[in-house]
Amino acid sequence: MFATAKEIVISARSLTKKYKDFVAVDGIDFEVRRGEAFGLLGPNGAGKSTTMKMIASVSQRTSGDLSILGKEPNTQGPEIRAHLGVVPQKDLLDRELKVWENLFTYGRYFGLSRKFLKDKVEELLEFAQLTEKRMSKADDLSGGMQRRLAIARGLVNEPEILMLDEPTTGLDPQARHILWDRLFRLKEQGVTLVITTHYMDEAEQLCDRLIVMDKGKIMAEGSPAELIKKYSSKEVLELRFGTDKNEAAAEQLKDLAERIEVLPDRILLYTQKGEDLLTQIVDAGLNPITSLVRRSSLEDVFLRLTGRSLVE
Amino acid sequence: MITQALVSQAVAIQERRSGKPGQAVYSGRSRTILERGFYAFKSSSWLIVISGFVEPVFYLLAFGFGIGQLIGDLEDGAGNLVSYAAFIAPALLATSAMNGAIYDATWNVFFKMHFGKVYQVMLQSSLGPLDVALGEISWALLRGLSYSLGFMAIVTPIGLVTNLWGLLAIPAATLIAFGFASIGMAITSYLKSFQQMNWITFFLLPMFLFSGTFFPVSVYPEWIQTIVQALPLWQGVELVRSLMLGIIHPGLLGHVLYFLVMIAGGLWFTTVRLKALFMR
Repeated sequence: MFATAKEIVISARSLTKKYKDFVAVDGIDFEVRRGEAFGLLGPNGAGKSTTMKMIASVSQRTSGDLSILGKEPNTQGPEIRAHLGVVPQKDLLDRELKVWENLFTYGRYFGLSRKFLKDKVEELLEFAQLTEKRMSKADDLSGGMQRRLAIARGLVNEPEILMLDEPTTGLDPQARHILWDRLFRLKEQGVTLVITTHYMDEAEQLCDRLIVMDKGKIMAEGSPAELIKKYSSKEVLELRFGTDKNEAAAEQLKDLAERIEVLPDRILLYTQKGEDLLTQIVDAGLNPITSLVRRSSLEDVFLRLTGRSLVE
Repeated sequence: MITQALVSQAVAIQERRSGKPGQAVYSGRSRTILERGFYAFKSSSWLIVISGFVEPVFYLLAFGFGIGQLIGDLEDGAGNLVSYAAFIAPALLATSAMNGAIYDATWNVFFKMHFGKVYQVMLQSSLGPLDVALGEISWALLRGLSYSLGFMAIVTPIGLVTNLWGLLAIPAATLIAFGFASIGMAITSYLKSFQQMNWITFFLLPMFLFSGTFFPVSVYPEWIQTIVQALPLWQGVELVRSLMLGIIHPGLLGHVLYFLVMIAGGLWFTTVRLKALFMR
């Protein structure tokens, strides 16, 4: 209640989830502190959603320890869920109900009084910019509106922790930015956010701290800036010589940068000063068709840690 | 600006249940699921609901008053003669209760389970799987009960309820609807495709025709009688018929017990299945 910034609200130790022979989450450790925005990153099948479900106390762990606000999810599921707001990946709105009814009935599931909910629903409709749409069927809303309604629903019980599973997947840029703004406001009010995403810009925008998962394990942990510092360079120089000439050019470039990565269509050079390196390369007589100097991003970290091959 | 209390009401409400037995599966709020049912029902098609209600009424008209004219009176089991319409009316009342409950507990539940994802959302809140099971089964029960109330409203004025015991047919119909709703939802929770769902209909029709509905089971050889008597509709028909014809005996408690077991079993399996499906 009178929480310090350091208070740990979620703690996992050797957390493991197996479905028959398949290990979805493989002995992970992490902690989430009150008020922070905590990200779970990883490719499809990394175990993010499974981890989220275990935290949300709708999936029982196979082994390890998990504590949410000091409670045990196996025996105190409903009590933990009273503290949580959940925004599932596919919204899961009640299609048989109108917009306001979606919020109202969900609030009733928590046992909240009609009187309390009357005001709460109005407040949330406004927050989600859906006041005008209150009488529409949930099904008739646009994708962005449906997602905002799902977030509003997750806030009905005034949760201390809001869990968002890929909150902006499938939204257009406008809708994404509106959503980020709403999430920022919640964070400012002290709501702890737990977010899964595979959009790296989203993780950089929203998350104070994050873990990168792959195949059920944690590959790295830290703030976006820390991770970039540790796993990438300050800048990246991208060069294209033409598909069949990249390999040959790379041979001449490989000692110039901290790290070099040759992709079919381009060469990535990880360096502290991209422009200087580019000048050096041009002076050496190599003439790339196109060149681009950019800041290193979380995406570079992500691809380095989880590889470039497709996860099927 | 979103207001944020220091301790949310939802948490305070839930913590009152802390330490109570079954706190992991039950929060004592299945009524909120009934409320959701009412909101959804308001904007659903009334025609489908009414069609389920008129079905037994048509049977009563066609068989009771049509064919009944050819059959004449029947012996009611206690030595009294009753009209054929009075003989089948209780059976059709029991069938009304069954139909209403089954429609909702099978097809509607199947839809909500696999397409509407309604239960998944409920279980995300501080409700437990037993709340959801009890709430949804109660909702299906209400439909069965309203069908039987409607049926009573038709048969009472035309003189087919002859004594005060007949009023107990209403609680009896509630029990029957509860039993069928409970077992119906339990079975549905194990089914995965529309083809499998059709098996329920495939089973219900012969049960309706041969459970002593239109003629006494004494026409069957003994072993078939035993099978029929094990079926829930026969139990329900016997219970309601005895009450409406005023034949009161301790054996009726046996029928009641049958339905209580059916209710408890259905609730238990439904709860287990909701957990297995949505909390794995």
